[in-house]
Amino acid sequence: MKLSARTERQIIYTLLIIAVGLPLVFPIGWKTEVSGYTEMAYKLIEETPAGNVVLISFDYDPSTITELQPMAEALIEHAFKKNHRIVATALWPMGVQMAEKAFQEICAAYPNKVYGEDYVNLGYKVGGMVSIQAMGRNLKEVYPVDSKGTHYDELPILQNIKRLKDFAWIASLSSGVPGLKEWVMVAHDTYGIPVTGGCTAISAPGFFAYVNEQKQLTGILGGLKSASEYESLIDRKGTATSKMDAQSIAHLLILVFIAAGNLKVYLSRRRKRNA
Amino acid sequence: MLSFMQSISPMLSSFMQIFGIWLSALFTLSIFSFLYKDNPFYKFAEQVFVGLSAAYWLVYIIHSILIPNLFAKLIGDFGGNAILLIPAALGLMMLLRLHPNTQWLSRYPMAIMIGTTAAISLLRYLKSDILFQVTATMINPLGGETTGEIVGNFLLILGTVCGVFFFYYSKKQEGIYKVPSKIGIWFLMISFGATFGYTVMARVSLLIGRLEFLLRDWLKII
Amino acid sequence: MKRNTPLIFAFIVGMLVILAEFIPHRPFGELTSTLENWFMIISGFAILLGQISLIRVNSHIIYHKESNWQYHLAGMISFFLMLIFGILWGMQESIGLLGHGERISQAIGMKPFDYLFEYAYMPLSSTVFSLLAFFIASAAYRAFIIRGFESNLLMITAVIVIIGRSSFGSMLTASLPEAYRFWHIPRLADFLMEYPNTAAQRAILISAGLGIVGSSLRIILGIERSYLGGDK
Repeated sequence: MKLSARTERQIIYTLLIIAVGLPLVFPIGWKTEVSGYTEMAYKLIEETPAGNVVLISFDYDPSTITELQPMAEALIEHAFKKNHRIVATALWPMGVQMAEKAFQEICAAYPNKVYGEDYVNLGYKVGGMVSIQAMGRNLKEVYPVDSKGTHYDELPILQNIKRLKDFAWIASLSSGVPGLKEWVMVAHDTYGIPVTGGCTAISAPGFFAYVNEQKQLTGILGGLKSASEYESLIDRKGTATSKMDAQSIAHLLILVFIAAGNLKVYLSRRRKRNA
Repeated sequence: MLSFMQSISPMLSSFMQIFGIWLSALFTLSIFSFLYKDNPFYKFAEQVFVGLSAAYWLVYIIHSILIPNLFAKLIGDFGGNAILLIPAALGLMMLLRLHPNTQWLSRYPMAIMIGTTAAISLLRYLKSDILFQVTATMINPLGGETTGEIVGNFLLILGTVCGVFFFYYSKKQEGIYKVPSKIGIWFLMISFGATFGYTVMARVSLLIGRLEFLLRDWLKII
Repeated sequence: MKRNTPLIFAFIVGMLVILAEFIPHRPFGELTSTLENWFMIISGFAILLGQISLIRVNSHIIYHKESNWQYHLAGMISFFLMLIFGILWGMQESIGLLGHGERISQAIGMKPFDYLFEYAYMPLSSTVFSLLAFFIASAAYRAFIIRGFESNLLMITAVIVIIGRSSFGSMLTASLPEAYRFWHIPRLADFLMEYPNTAAQRAILISAGLGIVGSSLRIILGIERSYLGGDK
């Protein structure tokens, strides 16, 4: 039975929706192994002494929220567990709201964390690498006020923070440009600050080259699986882990599609040869 | 009137939340309808997305940059920050790009921005993407603890050198010069295969997020 | 003057930034710091330029009732609605021209700007990109065909990574003896990412980096002038 290209596409789409939807309704509970890159990122935060001020940059928008928001929540929770104080920034305008959502989610379990003392959201600045370079010289010049309009000098968390070098580590969660690469280039390669972060799975292969002996990147979280690995490391029942079943079934389905496509071409070639 | 509004406020807030979820579901299904074929619902949702996106950027530019970094400083201490009139003037010159007769004035701020970006890119890419990456390749391949690491180190050096050779287009790659180029292509194919695998993961994750919203927040099945 | 003076500006600014990298002390460090702050302000106006351009294009389509003008009208209405909400009442903790809009926030549960972001922008943004999952599934069926040695390499790597980056990848080869642990699929996938993939990506970074250095020099020295636009 010969199916038209359009019908084949509709069948593929329907099967994909079922393969992704069913495990969400009927979870399986498969476990994930932790990769070396995720462990490196975890160790950086784990081994940083308590009381240090750290920076997390939310360089993504809602289109990649499924992959990056669980990473953001896991990083914030881990930092809070280690009593690090968090300064949030954003190189994408939507990152400001993403940061607010992540803090809202985690602060529900940490009611003793006070805005302005334990964490602050400085907001968005345009300019990418140029902004980061400016932050490296003088953070107050770039952020005269935070996202709520409070002056820099009125925020206790920023008392001893003059420039990027005053941060113990920097994490960037990024889905494009500007993002993690710019933080590596300026924050680590120019100012020597340890940089880690997360990115969408599509850009992850390009970042592995920065995980080297120069430690341009100290570990990297690439995609939903890495987010679920990080959640397992900090014992967090987060949103990434619950989606891994659907992810795994979808991967299996893609392999079936690849096999089916190749079988179809092989049979078609054989028919032509025999004809 | 005020007390009436205050009394129905919790009910109205609850209604607006439910309305919001239905609005989100409508937009989600409108975009998904494109999978069947292009239709008015998809076109409507697409243009609303463009409009909201542009407005969001503009509001944040005003609130996050123009007000705190320019206007607030000028209003707060004009004498001390008078120099900010220069970038303000350059910014206004940028806007003159819209009219054909004054378009040439926008070249000045453009040149400053492009010059700054070019210089910063030159320095950062030279250090991070060339020097550091070359240094990272200059490893002792026999320094690994396991056989896998030693083999991997050799692959790393071979793949990097042959990969860079592949991108060298100043000389025709023929004869003996074809060999490292060919090996470079094999490493690039491995990388593209890995990228495809990760791309599958990325794309499927996004779909999982939307289906979870539809099943949990809208239909309340999970 | 219309073309040469901007080139001189680009040269001076470029050289200043490069010099400041090697001589961070006064006056270069301070000049560069000032330049970086000015850059952010000018970038803000550049984005404003983009928005005005968007309004112009859409207004033209709506005014001349070109094809699909109704949808562009819907786009413009949503643009102005969100802009007005953001300017009048601000967003989250930021104040707008009319204050925080406590009454309207109480009525709808949050500020109008945040409401549109949460229930309109976020689902639209997420869903537009989630369509790509379907296209990649379709591409996997139609385009991922074994042809030659190189495409085989690509396919085999993709299959190992797809299995290795899922939960059942570790289940499939969990029972392998210690001597063969290298062939444990997640570990094999990690090996491929750590060595051959890193080698290729490093080659791409180095080659692209050389290209960027070259084009940056061309811009600073005034050889590359395409950013100046047409001859007027």
